[in-house]
Amino acid sequence: MATGKNPDHDELIHIAPEMAVAEADVRPEEAGEFVRGTSLWRDAWRRLLKNKLAVFGLIVVIIITIASLAGPTVIKRTFGFTADYIPSQDIRMAQSFPPFTGPDGEFSWLHPMGTDNLGRDQLARVLQGGQISLFVGIIATLVSLLIGVTYGAIAGYFGGRIDNVMMRLVDVLYSLPYVILVIVLLSMFRSQTPRGQLTLLFVAIGSVSWLTMARIVRGQILSLKNQEFVLAARATGVSGGRIIFRHLIPNTLGPVIVYATLSIPQIMLTEAFLSFLGFGVQAPLSSWGSLAAEGVQNIGIFPWQLIFPGVTMALTLFSLNFLGDGLRDALDPQMRTV
Amino acid sequence: MLRFIVRRLLVTIPTILVVITITWALIKLAPGNFYSGEKRLPASIEQSIREKYGLDKPWYQQYGKTMWNIVRHLDFGTSLRFEGQSVNDIIRRSLPVSASVGILAYLLALIVGIAIGSIAALKQNSKWDYGSMALAMLGISVPNFVLGPILVIVFSTTLYWLPPSRWGGFPSRSLVLPVLTLSAIYMAYIARLTRAGMLEVLRSDYIRTARAKGLSEKHVVIRHALRGGLMPVVSFTGPALAFLLTGTVVVERIFALPGLGNYFIQASLNRDEPLIIGIVAFIALVLLTMNLLVDIAYAYLDPRVRYQ
Repeated sequence: MATGKNPDHDELIHIAPEMAVAEADVRPEEAGEFVRGTSLWRDAWRRLLKNKLAVFGLIVVIIITIASLAGPTVIKRTFGFTADYIPSQDIRMAQSFPPFTGPDGEFSWLHPMGTDNLGRDQLARVLQGGQISLFVGIIATLVSLLIGVTYGAIAGYFGGRIDNVMMRLVDVLYSLPYVILVIVLLSMFRSQTPRGQLTLLFVAIGSVSWLTMARIVRGQILSLKNQEFVLAARATGVSGGRIIFRHLIPNTLGPVIVYATLSIPQIMLTEAFLSFLGFGVQAPLSSWGSLAAEGVQNIGIFPWQLIFPGVTMALTLFSLNFLGDGLRDALDPQMRTV
Repeated sequence: MLRFIVRRLLVTIPTILVVITITWALIKLAPGNFYSGEKRLPASIEQSIREKYGLDKPWYQQYGKTMWNIVRHLDFGTSLRFEGQSVNDIIRRSLPVSASVGILAYLLALIVGIAIGSIAALKQNSKWDYGSMALAMLGISVPNFVLGPILVIVFSTTLYWLPPSRWGGFPSRSLVLPVLTLSAIYMAYIARLTRAGMLEVLRSDYIRTARAKGLSEKHVVIRHALRGGLMPVVSFTGPALAFLLTGTVVVERIFALPGLGNYFIQASLNRDEPLIIGIVAFIALVLLTMNLLVDIAYAYLDPRVRYQ
């Protein structure tokens, strides 16, 4: 990717040949002080901003993240209740109200998403659930990033027999019905505390989601390791570990970022799936998956209990997927059609 | 080719045994026992339960006995919670339910997905293309446990067109909603893969040659482009099957279908050890066999692929 060739230039030749020539004339290295050189990242960022769907995704993701982080506190300051607040003093309040409805059935701004069976505010619960869902998505992705990048880089760099054994292991793990094994793990080692179960969830999801990352990084390293800059580093006596972490891995960042962005929604979906079945996040903690599971039980009478967490989650995944697709197009124009 | 199949089969069988061993180890390493509940059992009763199920023996004897029964007799034992029913019977009974929902969902997804994906590729950058790809992204993003209940609200409790849940036999109206719910995500994936594959193929030289020969556009698309463009869809069948398995678990749960997935969840929640091992082993077998079949199909469809 970092071949020094301007990827935008190739594209322009098809779209507007005369502009491509004009731009080629003022290539950064020749332009001297007059034009600032566009780095790969600046270039990618500019391309990303041109992609309307990706920008939409980015904005929605930012809004939902901020709302999830700050929302419960803001609601508490303004209305004085938390997501766990059960109005037990007033029995009239302790029941499920439709959105924008007060206790007497009249219009009210108090609960824009309605309340659940116990009279808890749905908006606060959905926002708090978002904290856990996003947290699981991001942390488990980081875990898979750490394991996958290290594993793939080592296999790719050393090659030969080491590579063969390491990647054969990945192939075998790939063919296992891992979601089924994750369910067995989560149900057998069911923790007594919600926090313990959450940790178990990270371990379970993180331990299986690094496989694709390892394959991607290995492929990248294989094509990079014979280039001159690695040879130069080796010739000046740089150690293997330092070559991997300082010279090779930074050059694989493009595809790694793309894949990591696309794996956040997948991991969030897995978490929601496990929580929906009752193996994941446990009360009093809640995630969009566990809220949806509660909602499904009352689907006939109180559909808003499923629809709000479900739609919020779908919107988040939708935006993350568009953002990931946009990042892929921006960082790796060659993969555009795939 | 034959050597390739034989070699893959030789890898498949140990892999299934490894899966069984991992499952067995997870169950044995987990704290507690299947009979330990809220209440503590009197020592004598606990003793007799342990003797009955062979839990008083050392772990390697328990493991050996389980594996021997599986390898030698394909016998997974008797369910602990569904009393008197052998695991093999439960699998035999629930398989047709899961298989009919899963296969119908996959077929539906193939037909609709390939059609949508091809149209999007042939009319690249048009309204049709953007519309169908946005729809496909929606299909990937809406979790099936949200889609299923919404379909129930619309088609069962509001319009009264279709039954909301329960199993009504193979060709029945009760299959419609589960199949739709399950197939949505594959439809979306297949549409995206078909579009990507077709876009690449439509630019290739042999398509230009076919057009230059004066073949009709219909002929070019159906006879030439689709064959090459569908390769990504073929290789997706393997992962699709893994998805299908997790998908059926949720769908069977939502629609209360007595399939493999539903039994598996109940077995996990109840710690029904023989049933867990049996279903995991069966799923692993199906998954690995299908992956092998996909690889063989790939070699037949794409002359460039050669296995040694």
